[in-house]
Amino acid sequence: MLTETDRAAHLQTTLGSAELRQDFPILDQEIRGNPLIYLDNAATTQKPRSVLKAIRDYYENDNSNVHRGIHALSQRATEAYEGARERAAAFINASRSEEIVFTRGTTEGINLVAQSWGRVNLKPGDKILLTEMEHHSNIVPWQLLAEQIGVELVYLPITGEDGMLDLNRLDEFLSRDVKVFAMTHISNTLGTINPVAWLCQRARRQGIVTVVDAAQSAGHSPLDVQAIGCDFLAFSGHKMCAPTGIGVLYGRKDLLEAMPPYQGGGEMILSVDFHKTTFKRPPLKFEAGTPNIAGAIGLKAAMDYIDTLGREAIFEHDCDLGRYAYQQFSQLDGIRLYGPVQERAGLLSFLLTDVHAHDLVTATDQKGLALRGGHHCNQPLMRKLGIESTARVSGYFYNTRKEIDQAVEIVNAVQRFFSG
Amino acid sequence: MFDELSDLYQEVILDHSRSPRNFHKMEGANHTAKGHNPLCGDEITLYLLMDENDVIQDVSFEGAGCAISKASASLLTSALKGKSKQEVKELFDKVHAMVTNGETDSEEMGKLAVFAGVHKFPARVKCAILPWHAVIAAMEGEKQEVTTE
Ligand SMILES: Cc1ncc(COP(=O)(O)O)c(C=O)c1O
Repeated sequence: MLTETDRAAHLQTTLGSAELRQDFPILDQEIRGNPLIYLDNAATTQKPRSVLKAIRDYYENDNSNVHRGIHALSQRATEAYEGARERAAAFINASRSEEIVFTRGTTEGINLVAQSWGRVNLKPGDKILLTEMEHHSNIVPWQLLAEQIGVELVYLPITGEDGMLDLNRLDEFLSRDVKVFAMTHISNTLGTINPVAWLCQRARRQGIVTVVDAAQSAGHSPLDVQAIGCDFLAFSGHKMCAPTGIGVLYGRKDLLEAMPPYQGGGEMILSVDFHKTTFKRPPLKFEAGTPNIAGAIGLKAAMDYIDTLGREAIFEHDCDLGRYAYQQFSQLDGIRLYGPVQERAGLLSFLLTDVHAHDLVTATDQKGLALRGGHHCNQPLMRKLGIESTARVSGYFYNTRKEIDQAVEIVNAVQRFFSG
Repeated sequence: MFDELSDLYQEVILDHSRSPRNFHKMEGANHTAKGHNPLCGDEITLYLLMDENDVIQDVSFEGAGCAISKASASLLTSALKGKSKQEVKELFDKVHAMVTNGETDSEEMGKLAVFAGVHKFPARVKCAILPWHAVIAAMEGEKQEVTTE
């Protein structure tokens, strides 16, 4: 029997190995007679047995509602749920678990910040700074807010197809009217890794509140909210081995304390009168209704699993896949690659001159290769690049260079099919 | 290497996607509509010239799209000239049935029958039907953009 430490050391050296892949039963299947090559991890990742088991164990042994029951099951469920909160705080190095609000995912986290913090802290004429590479979920909530209270959105530009933020122009954009700067850590289309600690530092110097979209980084790289120095940070469980429907919003304690509730209901109140309610303190103030208890438990198991592998090691492995994909795909004729050449995360967007992204993805699916084709919820970015859509390869720690080679081969065969 | 794929991308479809017919803006059009596929961001614009009896005299399109939507638009423009509004609507229903469940009377559908294979690829039905939605919207004179949703 391997001890846990031995197993951890062993797995770290074997990211992508057949042994590690056994933790992910879903990967072992054929699609139309071909082994599944799952390279759509930026959309969602697969779940290891330990996460599935944690959820099952919870429902088989401890299922109950949290925070209000006196009986044994409710106490166990509450402990597990609050334990997951502590685990999440440790995972991103938040100084207190009160700074962890459970949400449905990144999207809900950003909506919460916009509606709860934004509505009371912004006034007409204020500006919200975003970047040109934001996912719709870090644009639309701010647009809704802008319509409601008359604030303006401004966008820090990217430099071009290499997909870097134009950092030389940051000062120009950090004007006096800017009150909040919301940015993605890793771009889900370009694979760009933004220097969020530096960006947050510059913004905070001017008293600007910062929001980091960590949807694409939380499961792929070390994450330390104190080192980043952000005020808010949001991510989704399902992009890091946990189930759908659970996510985390980190918020600095003093900001959360001063914010009004996001939704009203049970769980978040101290007492309710027919006309007046007093609310609990954060984070429960922001968790109206029965929460996704099993999801939080699954998220904790996912964080444990990821940390057994080691996030440094995962980051290295995933970035290696990204760079390798860039290298290998660039050798195809009639292909255009987007995003940085060297400093890139484990995903790659590309366009073929002669095959539309949708046709490509339909065709690769015939060979068991799961890619994404479309605008990736990045329409403003697509328009900026002068395109409608791209195809995207996105890897995770269970993927291998060999799978990238196979993907290149299949894409090349599709090119031949369409060129007739 | 791609046997099943040839059911979807028949030679006629590949041909029309590579060199779409009636692929231009129509200056004298009296009916027009945009079709938008939010899945991929693609957009096509359909132009119709209809006479006083609601018969299509001329039809053209422009825009970007996948092979399926482009070929569908191209073949549609060839199929609709000389058809009345009522005939187009009836044809729409048949095309819709064909791409969703594969039912087709190839005699009647003519070249459009090449789209029967689409029903095996549910994710792509929208691509095939998009130009047809745009035609209906254009005939009805709806100003609003139609989408596949
Ligand atoms: C960069 C980025 N932000 C936000 C999101 C939204 O995440 P979710 O749909 O889980 O809320 C995604 C995922 O699609 C993403 O890639």
